[in-house]
Amino acid sequence: MEEIKILTYFVLAVFVGFEVVSKVSSTLHTPLMSGANAIHGIILVGSIIVAGHADNAWMLALALLAVLMATVNLVGGFVVTDRMLEMFSGKKKVQEGQAR
Amino acid sequence: MSLITPEVEALLYLFAAVAFILALKGLSSPKSARRGNIIGAVGAIVGVVTVFLAEELKNIGWILIVIGIGTIISIPASRMVKMTQMPQLVALFNGVGGGAAGIVALLELFAADSFGFLLAVAFTVFVGSVSFSGSVVTFLKLQEIMTTRPVLFKGQQYVMGILTIAALAGAVIVILDQNFVVASLLMAVGLVMGVLVVLPVGGADVPIVISLLNALTGLAVAASGLVLDNTLLLVAGTLVGASGTILTRAMASAMGRSVTNTIFGAFKGGSTAGSTEVSDRPVKSGSAEDVAILLGYAQRVIVVPGYGLAVAQAQHTMYELAKALEEKGIEVVFGIHPVAGRMPGHMNVLLAEANVPYEVLQEMDEVNPQFKTADVCLVVGANDVVNPAAKTSPGSPIYGMPILNAGEAQQVVFLKRSMRPGFAGIENELLYEPNTTLLFGDAKDSLGKVLSAVKAL
Repeated sequence: MEEIKILTYFVLAVFVGFEVVSKVSSTLHTPLMSGANAIHGIILVGSIIVAGHADNAWMLALALLAVLMATVNLVGGFVVTDRMLEMFSGKKKVQEGQAR
Repeated sequence: MSLITPEVEALLYLFAAVAFILALKGLSSPKSARRGNIIGAVGAIVGVVTVFLAEELKNIGWILIVIGIGTIISIPASRMVKMTQMPQLVALFNGVGGGAAGIVALLELFAADSFGFLLAVAFTVFVGSVSFSGSVVTFLKLQEIMTTRPVLFKGQQYVMGILTIAALAGAVIVILDQNFVVASLLMAVGLVMGVLVVLPVGGADVPIVISLLNALTGLAVAASGLVLDNTLLLVAGTLVGASGTILTRAMASAMGRSVTNTIFGAFKGGSTAGSTEVSDRPVKSGSAEDVAILLGYAQRVIVVPGYGLAVAQAQHTMYELAKALEEKGIEVVFGIHPVAGRMPGHMNVLLAEANVPYEVLQEMDEVNPQFKTADVCLVVGANDVVNPAAKTSPGSPIYGMPILNAGEAQQVVFLKRSMRPGFAGIENELLYEPNTTLLFGDAKDSLGKVLSAVKAL
């Protein structure tokens, strides 16, 4: 029964994913990629679980490496997407980027 | 002991999953996009807090310290990166996510107790490591630390064949025997294969590869959700996998390639055509004043911006020029190729950075019928996206890619740094046409000169 439940989640999520993304205009494809990228950073949850269950130093070190990588993915992903979308939000601000 | 009941845990994960769906949904319009992303971030925070409350965890101090370090590294990196370097950063973030998924699955090997779970472990270990090393190579290519040209060596397909068999055999042993050493070897094979898959991909196809690797990481995360019996990972990973797949296909069709052709095209030979040599065929080059006259007496101008515009940080000057022309009653639109820049939609981000309103940016299908009636097409720092070889020369690596029909305009003006071919390394016939004028130099300099010449008209 457990397997069927998981399959159900999976199939429904595939459809939601297809449905939601097919409406995104090509203007926003870069933020879409970076936003989706941020979402899979939620592997941080998995990394925390394995790190919290690690029994020896070696496993803990490996798990903490996963925590580090997942944090970079999750936090960096959302921050960079926000920065991009800020530019699309229509507020006319003088960008300091001009000077660079 | 856990601080919340399994029911509360499930509800909080549901909340986070819905937040992720809303984050993707928000991207259907530039107006709702930013709010959507913030909702997604809130979902992520809820998910992470929930795991601390719901699980009995050891080593919490260590975990919090490492999360702190990761946050300290990633915030400045993503705040300071230039918009032109966005594709590299996305590739890198994607790679570390895939790597994390691979490690999680490897460490959960002994907890897995059924065929389905063991299969998910093998899948995640392998796909996660392919995604990690593939993304790193993509990063190196985009950062131009290594060559952007396809890298091939003799017998590459045999090496790939042997590794594929090794990976399958390894996966079977992992499933039957739960052998940790073999699982680690499977990870190593994945790392090598990730490198070998991306090496033969030419520069122009790199955007497709980023998107594909993104989808793969999503699937690896989904499978790790299966391993850990965690619905949030399963749903979030699947969402990314599904959306990444759609995006990859959309992009591949925007470039007239099939996804398999992108990855395996270089093996068949031929697609390595093109050269980085500078051609010495005669071209018509003009001064900034000539270009200003062409533009100043036109009625309709279509601007085709490319990556070169962004590298020169000339977006702002470009927009100034467009405004100056509009003040003279000249109609100016921007024709944006879906893969202009180095990532789909990259050019839109770069122009948004310069405050160009997204309403004047037209997509390829909208703008293509307008070239016939345009007086001047101004191509700034773009090359491959207007290269007629995509239509006329079947041997060319970009053959079949839909292009902007810049050649149909009365006059074509190229602002180019030099005669060097573009990122894809292919000669552009349009440069030698009699109605084409070239203005050599740094895009920002050239545009500045043209701008003052236009104002002086």
